[in-house]
Amino acid sequence: MQHSLPTAERGRAIRKAPTGIQGLDEITDGGLPLGRPTLICGGAGSGKTLLATSFLVYGAEKFGEPGVLMTFEENGDEVASDVASLGFDLRSLVDEGKLFIDYVRIERSEIEETGEYDLEGLFVRLDHAIRSTGAKRIVLDTIESLFSGLDNANILRAELRRLFRWLKDEGLTAVITAERGEGTLTRQGLEEYVSDAVILLDHRVTDQVSTRRLRVVKYRGSHHGTNEYPFLIDRDGLSVLPVTSLGLEHEASDERISSGVRELDQMLGGQGYFRGSTVLVSGTAGTGKTSLAAHFTDAACRRGERVLYFLFEESPHQLVRNMRSIGMDLQPWIDMGLLQFKAERPSRAGLEAHLASMYQVVRDFRPSVTVVDAVTNLLSVGTQHDVRAMLMRVIDYLKVSGVTGLFSSLTSANASYEETEAGISSLMDTWIVLTIDEIERERRRSLRILKSRGMAHSNHVHEFALTDNGLRLTDGRG
Amino acid sequence: MEPNDEDFVLRLYVAGQTPKCMRAFANLKRICEEYLTNRYRIEMIDLMRDPALARGDQILAVPTLVRRMPEPVKKIIGDLSNTQRVLAGLEVSVGTA
Repeated sequence: MQHSLPTAERGRAIRKAPTGIQGLDEITDGGLPLGRPTLICGGAGSGKTLLATSFLVYGAEKFGEPGVLMTFEENGDEVASDVASLGFDLRSLVDEGKLFIDYVRIERSEIEETGEYDLEGLFVRLDHAIRSTGAKRIVLDTIESLFSGLDNANILRAELRRLFRWLKDEGLTAVITAERGEGTLTRQGLEEYVSDAVILLDHRVTDQVSTRRLRVVKYRGSHHGTNEYPFLIDRDGLSVLPVTSLGLEHEASDERISSGVRELDQMLGGQGYFRGSTVLVSGTAGTGKTSLAAHFTDAACRRGERVLYFLFEESPHQLVRNMRSIGMDLQPWIDMGLLQFKAERPSRAGLEAHLASMYQVVRDFRPSVTVVDAVTNLLSVGTQHDVRAMLMRVIDYLKVSGVTGLFSSLTSANASYEETEAGISSLMDTWIVLTIDEIERERRRSLRILKSRGMAHSNHVHEFALTDNGLRLTDGRG
Repeated sequence: MEPNDEDFVLRLYVAGQTPKCMRAFANLKRICEEYLTNRYRIEMIDLMRDPALARGDQILAVPTLVRRMPEPVKKIIGDLSNTQRVLAGLEVSVGTA
């Protein structure tokens, strides 16, 4: 069914109804098509109902648009308790007259069909719900349940066509959810009726790690992002993570902060890192990556700044103990509340969940420095491509928040760091490589700066040692 | 074993006086007169006038006949043009009487 727009309409940007869902409005360039139906499809448990409900809740709470939720699978109480974990209180929205929930139950066993009928009863119910709330938004979740409840598919199809036309005529911004079919977007081919915008949700579990993704398959008359975007469902609701949501528009600070190692500050144009920049420290096992990170942490805490330290390999206790061996005590900073460790096994959750929890702690703790030790641990739960995409989002987020980020990266012994960090290093402002060589039966550690954007930095290889007094650089060579 | 003395309380949901709805009412009236003489009561509900009532009996399709008594509740949707199916749906056994 192709409508051709009148010439005057053509070319005019279509109006949008913001979803209020973080990220989704950015990739759809403003929200869902206003006054038109949008199809949201995906498998069981892919988050269709949560997305649809968020659209209604935010509509009522943030945009002054009351809504109607017509649910075919769960009753109002069930839906309310499902979304309570996202902090949504459907009951009070209903009490305030901002939301109308109508549960449509079709009990096949008690229904006999004989002769002609139509779905006027459904229309009457919708109309009643819309009039009693002054609804501007409506969700039908999942209307294709009708097909399993009623026999006459011809009548159903004709009535659905009439329904979607009616919703358009009423000017309602509608979300229609549908189960994904084999090789088709929806089992019942609803995409044939709802063709203004189609959003596909996907929930994959690989190696017991779950990843949720969202893709805008179609958006008639509008620019939209075409990638698959990871999305999260956490206690703050649903959020989609656009790859370049924040773009490169953040302010770059001129302020410099110490790396915690005086000689290294000298190498970095004499003043250390830029505040709000990102630093990659790579090296093979035992080269001193964590020590360098600990110095940076210690220096920040000495300035009275908060540091958030993500730890994937060892316990905070272990790290604090190890750093005492080089004469550094981080415990007081923990006690003062300046240093917070977040230790988690990478395999405990998927990348999206790690990302979600990182967002949350950064937001709650508001650190000025964040350390991720080591980013390479995340490779056990995602491909290099996924990890890079995730890091890009973390970095975006840190930069916009003005947080300086230090990421350690473990180079595998039989690969060059160029290989390991191929995807990651380009995201970083400063890249420091630590190596350890066996020369004349002596292990020599060396440090060099491969790059540091926006500053004149040393190109020399500097030897260093881990002493009782911390990490000490010796004279540069070559 | 047929509960002969029990009343059939039937409710017919329509939406305005459409041909389908009028047909359903006529068919129902005829079937009741023939098979449930003096044992039935029909209530007609026009959803155009009482839209709020559609939720209570979970009405989607129109016309819908709801057998409220005897329990359990049964629904028959359509214009009731097939007498045998209506009787089956109402669980009225048609004896040789």
